[in-house]
Amino acid sequence: MSDVVIIGSGAGGGTVTKVLTDLGINVTLLEAGPMLHPETDFKEHKWPYDYPHRGAGEGGASYFGHGRPFGFFSAHAGGWELEGEPYTVAEGTEFMWFRSRIVGGRTNHYGRISLRYADYDFKPYSRDGVGTDWPISYDDIAPYYDKVERFIGVTGSKEGIRSAPDGVFQPCPPPRVHEVLIKKAAEKLGIPCIPNRLAVITRPTNGRPACHYCGQCGRGCVSASNYSSSQVQIFPAMKTGRVKLITNAMARELITDSEGKVRAVSYVDKATRSERQIRCRTVVLAAGCCESARLLLNSKGPGHTNGLANSSGAVGRYLTDSTGFSLSGLIPALEGMPRHNSDGMGGAHLYMPWWLWDKKTDFPRGYHIELGGGYGMPGVGSFWGVADRQEGYGESLKKAIYNEYGARVSFSGRGEMIPNADTYCEIDPDVVDRWGIPVLKFHFKWTDAELRQVEHMEQTFTALIETMGGKVTRSAKPVSEKISKGGEIIHEVGAIRMGSDPKTSVLNPYCQAHDVKNLFVADGGPLVSNPDKNPTLTICALAWRTAEYLAEEMRKGNV
Amino acid sequence: MSEGQTPRLSRRELAKIAALALAGPLEFAAAQHVHQQAAAEAQNGGGVYQPKALTQHEFDTLKVLCEMIVPGASQGGAAEFVDLLASQNARMLGIYTGGLAWLDDAMRREYSADFLTAKPAERTAMLDRIAYRRNQAPELAAGIRFFAWARRMTVDAYYTSAAGMKEAGYMGNRAVAKFEVPREAIDYAVKRSGL
Repeated sequence: MSDVVIIGSGAGGGTVTKVLTDLGINVTLLEAGPMLHPETDFKEHKWPYDYPHRGAGEGGASYFGHGRPFGFFSAHAGGWELEGEPYTVAEGTEFMWFRSRIVGGRTNHYGRISLRYADYDFKPYSRDGVGTDWPISYDDIAPYYDKVERFIGVTGSKEGIRSAPDGVFQPCPPPRVHEVLIKKAAEKLGIPCIPNRLAVITRPTNGRPACHYCGQCGRGCVSASNYSSSQVQIFPAMKTGRVKLITNAMARELITDSEGKVRAVSYVDKATRSERQIRCRTVVLAAGCCESARLLLNSKGPGHTNGLANSSGAVGRYLTDSTGFSLSGLIPALEGMPRHNSDGMGGAHLYMPWWLWDKKTDFPRGYHIELGGGYGMPGVGSFWGVADRQEGYGESLKKAIYNEYGARVSFSGRGEMIPNADTYCEIDPDVVDRWGIPVLKFHFKWTDAELRQVEHMEQTFTALIETMGGKVTRSAKPVSEKISKGGEIIHEVGAIRMGSDPKTSVLNPYCQAHDVKNLFVADGGPLVSNPDKNPTLTICALAWRTAEYLAEEMRKGNV
Repeated sequence: MSEGQTPRLSRRELAKIAALALAGPLEFAAAQHVHQQAAAEAQNGGGVYQPKALTQHEFDTLKVLCEMIVPGASQGGAAEFVDLLASQNARMLGIYTGGLAWLDDAMRREYSADFLTAKPAERTAMLDRIAYRRNQAPELAAGIRFFAWARRMTVDAYYTSAAGMKEAGYMGNRAVAKFEVPREAIDYAVKRSGL
């Protein structure tokens, strides 16, 4: 019998593990993938020439579009497709589902962007009549943003911008040259461009050494100078002796007792392909929004033939991803610049929060802007663009490559999608995965709200590049092809949403199931909306709050 | 107890690595990981490279072609890189065996000599045709398509080699205690931008 079984070891599961073990509670942590060994798994500091294929992959996979997503050196274990673990997509729609099966999940490689939701983000319906208000407010979550930021370490600066609330920040390193130019251009256009908020420590924190500025956060950080749930929360928690970690454990079903409470978690031990069960007092789902929804929908029984905790029918509904659009350009002012090391943190040192939150636009909500540029480590594909544009060969080709290297900038928008009735996931009754578990079927649709937002991004990014004296590298495509595919930005949230009304939501304001008192959710599932801020920080803050609530309810004997 | 293994390095050891890293470039980290040798051996003069997938004639032809595309590409192991990937991928092999055969055939028709034995000026004249899309013509289409492949992969091989990185001017992949941006670089770009 386990007091708490946590399913999933990413941002939510890692945070719950840390908070509960700090409070003296024993947990069992199930992870569908293997153990992570940062010092051997991560390819941090490797050169392309350390590998005969230089990063193109076996047989030059990346030349044929079959390379690893985010490149050979990325720290993830998985991708858009997992062998033997398919998902289906409804005809006529597109959705991509990124899964990283390993201790730490997607936090091992993610972008570390750590943005608080604004006060108004919690009351979207009250503000513009679209979507649904959260059952909690900014003030409810703010203390937990503080705790998370203090613990994991987030860079930033106090700016007093309502759309980008200030937090507990560590100093952000100075902007790179292209970022200095971008900031100047942004100022001309009236767009704030401020120090970035990344889960990277620039001061020694809780025994973790400060960032050493190699720019390779996406490869995983051996010194744990950025946040990953594996290195920052789970490994330290394991040292307390209160964590029983079970790897290669694919959760299959939640088994309930006669009162409708979860009494055991059924999982498949991948090594032996055998089913096992762990009896539990409480369970916390943190498998990732869609994977947790799948688990609930696959847990059918008397009184819940529609899936567990799903009397509302809301499980799988209200699914969203962030909108995504990128544009790059060549900036002549940067050509021939004196060479220097511009690696820095593994991400931009500046970003642009949404700046028109109090202005009228022809779409609801907004987006923030992420920046790219600098002298990144050359890799396979780094110079395909210039080689194809320049053509030719010999010294003229080399000269063009030399000039363009470090002279390109890119802008990526990440914006808010409004939940819509055509976007959801459900169980596909026709398909099971290699473990015999029915898979998810996705339905996804962008609406005009998102398409108009992406048009606005394109205009803004074009203006930024041109203000810098640069030239946009553009392919003229209709907006429906410019916008990212559903799931592509890997910000899928909302399919197990919280709310005050059990008829329209799955979870109460503490992320505890309305229908099942000993069932909690601590991933992106509970998020009621998907504001123009990457969700990880909010997932961590909500998980922290949920874990404290769960511990208190256990102490009181309520669960 | 955990059913998974705990990480092999302690926090103290990790801190030590980080401290070492701060002392200089991370050659020690690279040195810890000895990988398959292939191209590297040839680069280091560790013997004559034996092609794995291409014939000796194809390999020698490719080597000359790569060196013309990016002077220095031989040092960067470009031909070895292509040969290795071709040895793992029949589609890649087909692109190069077909492309190199096309090149020899076109050279023989034009100059009565294959690419290797033709005069340097004749090789250059051929590349001046197939290195540009604007020369698109039915009799050149396959050559232009092949050259674009060879150009991309030669550029990749060269600029991912130590020599190419140095020439491009990449100065990172090292641990630094404090991230700083040289004032002269900022001044250079700001002045030129007019911002």
